[in-house]
Amino acid sequence: MSSKDVILGRVRAALRDAPAPGEAPREYRRVFPAADLDVLVDRLVDYKATVRRIAEDAVAATVAEIAGGVVVVPEGLPLNWRPEGALPDDDLSPDRIAGADAVLTAAAVAVAETGTIVLDASPDQGRRIITLLPDVHIVVLRPEQVVASVPEAVARLDPRRPLTWISGPSATSDIELNRVEGVHGPRHLHVLILEPV
Amino acid sequence: MTTFLGMPATAPRGVGHLRGDESFPAAAHKALADDQLRRNLRHATTTIRGKSGRVIAELPDWQELRSAGSAIKADVMSRLPELLEELEARVTERGGVVHWAADANEANAIVVDLVRRTGSERVIKVKSMATQEIALNEALEAAGIQPVETDLAELIVQLGNDKPSHILVPAIHRNRSEIREIFLAAMPGVDPDLTDDPPVLAAAARKYLRETFLSTKVAISGANFGIAETGTLAVVESEGNGRMCLTLPETLITVMGIEKIVPTWQDLEVFLQLLPRASTGERMNPYTTMWTGVTPGDGPQNFHLVLLDNGRSAVLADPAGRSALHCIRCSACLNVCPVYERTGGHAYGSVYPGPIGAILSPQLTGIEDNASLPFASSLCGACFDACPVKIDIPAILVHLRNQAPHPRSERAAMRAAAYTMDRPKLYASAQRAAKLARIAGRRGRGLPLGGWTDARDLPEFPQQTFRDWWASR
Ligand code: SF4
Repeated sequence: MSSKDVILGRVRAALRDAPAPGEAPREYRRVFPAADLDVLVDRLVDYKATVRRIAEDAVAATVAEIAGGVVVVPEGLPLNWRPEGALPDDDLSPDRIAGADAVLTAAAVAVAETGTIVLDASPDQGRRIITLLPDVHIVVLRPEQVVASVPEAVARLDPRRPLTWISGPSATSDIELNRVEGVHGPRHLHVLILEPV
Repeated sequence: MTTFLGMPATAPRGVGHLRGDESFPAAAHKALADDQLRRNLRHATTTIRGKSGRVIAELPDWQELRSAGSAIKADVMSRLPELLEELEARVTERGGVVHWAADANEANAIVVDLVRRTGSERVIKVKSMATQEIALNEALEAAGIQPVETDLAELIVQLGNDKPSHILVPAIHRNRSEIREIFLAAMPGVDPDLTDDPPVLAAAARKYLRETFLSTKVAISGANFGIAETGTLAVVESEGNGRMCLTLPETLITVMGIEKIVPTWQDLEVFLQLLPRASTGERMNPYTTMWTGVTPGDGPQNFHLVLLDNGRSAVLADPAGRSALHCIRCSACLNVCPVYERTGGHAYGSVYPGPIGAILSPQLTGIEDNASLPFASSLCGACFDACPVKIDIPAILVHLRNQAPHPRSERAAMRAAAYTMDRPKLYASAQRAAKLARIAGRRGRGLPLGGWTDARDLPEFPQQTFRDWWASR
């Protein structure tokens, strides 16, 4: 008998007298007012992210100023966002990505209530590795990508894509519960929220 | 199906970390004498409690979320076979390979074999309770494979040849100067002028691990959630070491307890609200990684999922105890527990400490191997109130006490519990205990009232306590 059969057999035996499955109550909030960008900014800042609200035509210059050096970009990133000399990820080696000063991406969704940004590896966000190794991650958010709550974000996302949920820069609280930013992931998170057109 | 299935359903002896070397009262006795440990613990649990309370208060629908979380988990348990097969089918469709491990020995053998086949002599590990439970690191080492823990706290524990003492912050029992000593003694290439400033210590770990992340071809993780409907797995973390392990290597092996399933993608909307707020007191943890099988060109190109029983089906067989499997390992029950706060995690002997450990470990191993653990509680009820999936830990404790075979250790455990209760602040504990005594209906058998009433007259308990009345208004 395979281990699968053993386990499923045991589980079935264990459940012989179990009650029939029931529909879970979903009385928690599932309808939300429109996302409040000020709440998002407040939560992001609380997580030690740096937030600016800028016009789209100021993205490239702002990124250049923050990064002060080589910026990796996914190949599908809008051309007008890229700072001069941006390094597109055409399957760059980990060493080259790690050696860059910053990475610039778009995002899939942001959650105001929790200060969370979700990347889904779309062409304007790229492979997961590029947002992992550089010390600075700069994210451009369009206002219409911001939702108020976690349920709305889950509804917008496609689970078949690799997803990275980011709430502030890397942090640890393992030493006497002191929060220390930046253990392994990027130590600095900059969020550029575009002004509505 | 009632046929004999070939091996006992509980976690086997001789492997894994579910059984301590001594009973809870004996181990607790030593911990109680360690003032430094108690100071570290009190500071940590008080801090997390405060943070957690503040962010939970922000959500107007916390109780509704708890109810949903509890009901979803009950639904999962009631149709576990179907959901496991659904998960297997979805993961397989997306290029993953699913393995079934009836117990710790089998899981370790599967993982060792998978690593051997990659030719790698080293693996990087994401903090995972399941792999600690089965002592995977020891099995890898015995096979000549070096496991490197990459979570800072797990690294502190590993370098210190120590054992984790908390689910969430495994090195909670260590303070900064102790951590500095451990790094100086055991971290290869460490700066000898290291100070005990937390950012300096964290930077030392970053430097030490960076090269390892980039050069190791196999990673091993656990999973916080496995979604049956889509085959998606999720790992929740803070430091980014998880993202490193889940993204950089060629091969990823995930060991997941069979109870970690949620039915649908949408169900994550409940658990992603419950877990971080109850656990670290954050609105959301810094990083969550989700993946479904293999994505060409992005992340590990070989993915193996090991589904682990190791006693879970035995837990499931007990209608009064099976809800222990609903646990999402947030550690909120540890942080509110007056017994845990005084004894620390090591006293529980198992990788699962605190209130959840007191009910889960004896059920996974069979009660005779952990007979004193159901007594490691004052039954104050704080764990039940804190649990984001509403596991009634006190009721299960009472249920297990009635099954425990050792009257001698029982008496000793009662003395330990009485110590905890011997202070006015915990009067509420005794009230809750009296209520449970009525529920238990056996004149308080299994309740720690012996030590309490020996020392003073126990006042008459009202039918409904003030706290209960307040909570039910
Ligand atoms: S029993 Fe509840 S409170 Fe304790 S760790 Fe599990 S989910 Fe958290």
